[in-house]
Amino acid sequence: MQKNYFLSKLCGLLILSVILVVLGTLLGSTGASWNVLGPDQTIVFDIRLPRSLGAYLAGALLGLAGGIAQSLFRNPLADPYLLGSASGALLGVGSILCFAYLGNSWLEIIGLNGGAFLGALIGVLASLFLAGGYRSSLRLLLSGVVISVILGAANSLFTFIRPDLFQSIQSFMLGNTTLMHWSGVELMTIALFLCLAITLIISPALDALSLGENTARTLGLPLDQLRLVLIGILALATGCAVAQTGLVAFVGLAAPHLVRKISGGRQRVQLIFSCLGGGILLLSSDLIARTLFAPLEIPVGIVTAVLGGLYLLVLLRRTPFGGRS
Amino acid sequence: MRSMSHARYLIVGVALFLLGFSLAVFAAPISIVDDRGIAVVFEKPPQRIVSLLPSLTESVCALGKCGALVGIDRFSNWPKSIQGLPKLGGMGDVNIERIVQLKPDVVLLERASPVIARLHSLGIKTFALDIKSMGDEERALKKLDAVLGTTESGRVWNQIKIEIMRANKLLPSRGENIRVYFEVNPAPYAAGRTSFIGEILSQLSLTNIIPESLGPFPKINPEFVVQAKPDVILLTESNASDIQGRPGWSAIPAVSKNRICVFTADQNDVLVRPGPRMGEAALIISQCIQEKLSSSR
Repeated sequence: MQKNYFLSKLCGLLILSVILVVLGTLLGSTGASWNVLGPDQTIVFDIRLPRSLGAYLAGALLGLAGGIAQSLFRNPLADPYLLGSASGALLGVGSILCFAYLGNSWLEIIGLNGGAFLGALIGVLASLFLAGGYRSSLRLLLSGVVISVILGAANSLFTFIRPDLFQSIQSFMLGNTTLMHWSGVELMTIALFLCLAITLIISPALDALSLGENTARTLGLPLDQLRLVLIGILALATGCAVAQTGLVAFVGLAAPHLVRKISGGRQRVQLIFSCLGGGILLLSSDLIARTLFAPLEIPVGIVTAVLGGLYLLVLLRRTPFGGRS
Repeated sequence: MRSMSHARYLIVGVALFLLGFSLAVFAAPISIVDDRGIAVVFEKPPQRIVSLLPSLTESVCALGKCGALVGIDRFSNWPKSIQGLPKLGGMGDVNIERIVQLKPDVVLLERASPVIARLHSLGIKTFALDIKSMGDEERALKKLDAVLGTTESGRVWNQIKIEIMRANKLLPSRGENIRVYFEVNPAPYAAGRTSFIGEILSQLSLTNIIPESLGPFPKINPEFVVQAKPDVILLTESNASDIQGRPGWSAIPAVSKNRICVFTADQNDVLVRPGPRMGEAALIISQCIQEKLSSSR
């Protein structure tokens, strides 16, 4: 009985995703234009399709990472950027931009996307190092906050020294889905399948964790190793998404909440739905961002924050007092 | 005896006349309305000037009063002679203490500058200008002429016009419609027709692919650029290989024929500052476009 519901809900979300991707290839810089044959083939297949898929995949990665973070830290306010990955990625992009004038071939090979990915990983590693390991959630959270503040300050110093870079750094901070490549889409597809597969295999550990750390330990799970794997997935998923689209706000925080009601409390279902929900949220935001004032664009992060925030408010109003959601 | 007193009266009369005349000529306070709409009164032309905006520094120097500058902002770097002057900070970190130490007769700054109120309360005269377009610069030159007691603005403006005409003649066939896309930032932000760069493009009778309704610096959907098929792309921040690697952009004539102008940092300063070097900016743009068009034919 419950299985059937799960399948129908899953199908519903998947169909919604496909509809959004099709919409993404139809809606262009001239507003809503429905003639598929009209626009150039390169525009549909080299620009709109990778952009729509890329936005969807990045949202899915962020949704998955957000779901993992909230279960791992047992905190409904946790998001994928918690462990210093956001400020790390920002610093990576800032330093690549800042030192680009040196013309170093290494910098060109790494590029902005590579810089963001490396920065995110370094941020998470620094948090792990500062927390003295991965055993205590509280220490991890605190060191993540501290690392975010320190790296954020370093980044402010960059923009202070080179104010001409401010606009580039700001467009990374607000999220940017405009120049998505097929290569980026391929990378994110691989990352998503890898992360999703591993997460689903070890999701029972998250179920156990939801009972509290001590209870989980008494169940005999290798909790510490599993926690390290989950942190690794969190960093990988966030790093991949951030490297391609920048720091899109709020998707990782909102996606797990958006689907909590229909997922029925089981971690495995919750994570899959949160993944799909993230993709749907980011892609629909991207659609709004590019069609609302076409051919102008609004930074996509602004739209995700407004859209996700409004939906969360509605959820909050409709949830009775005392309910945990 | 009588003639003595006569001569005395005459001397006193002449002295009084000279005094009055000199007061009228040398010390008549002039009052000039700045871009805030505030009338700023100067007893005599300022001898110690601080400029907190590169385009204002350049304008003061173009009017021949470079020697009166005693301090500049961090970004002012032209002409070379001012580079030894004390640097008084940038946009958010103006060094108020140092400005007070320099005892300037007037501080020239941008209208939206946050330090105006602070300088006022310290008793330092400010003159604020708001320069965003070519028309603004023409007005600013005239006002600065009045403040500095010079009469050079007409000559400077004529020079700019002559340079723009020369730049126009460099372009191959002026009847041909050359469609251009000027990117100010790889996000991508474009230079619209109402921006200063856009004005220079229209002075050169080039067709900006960004319509006027989109404002000065719109964040543009990249597929719009692909659909608009510009003949030449002008870049300030990214490089040509970035552009060639963008998805679908190889379909643009400018990219497939490699008509991409990338400007150096020094050229960028000229291009983005609405100042007395705007004629030079027009020349830089037209020279590059002419080179790219002739080499790809």
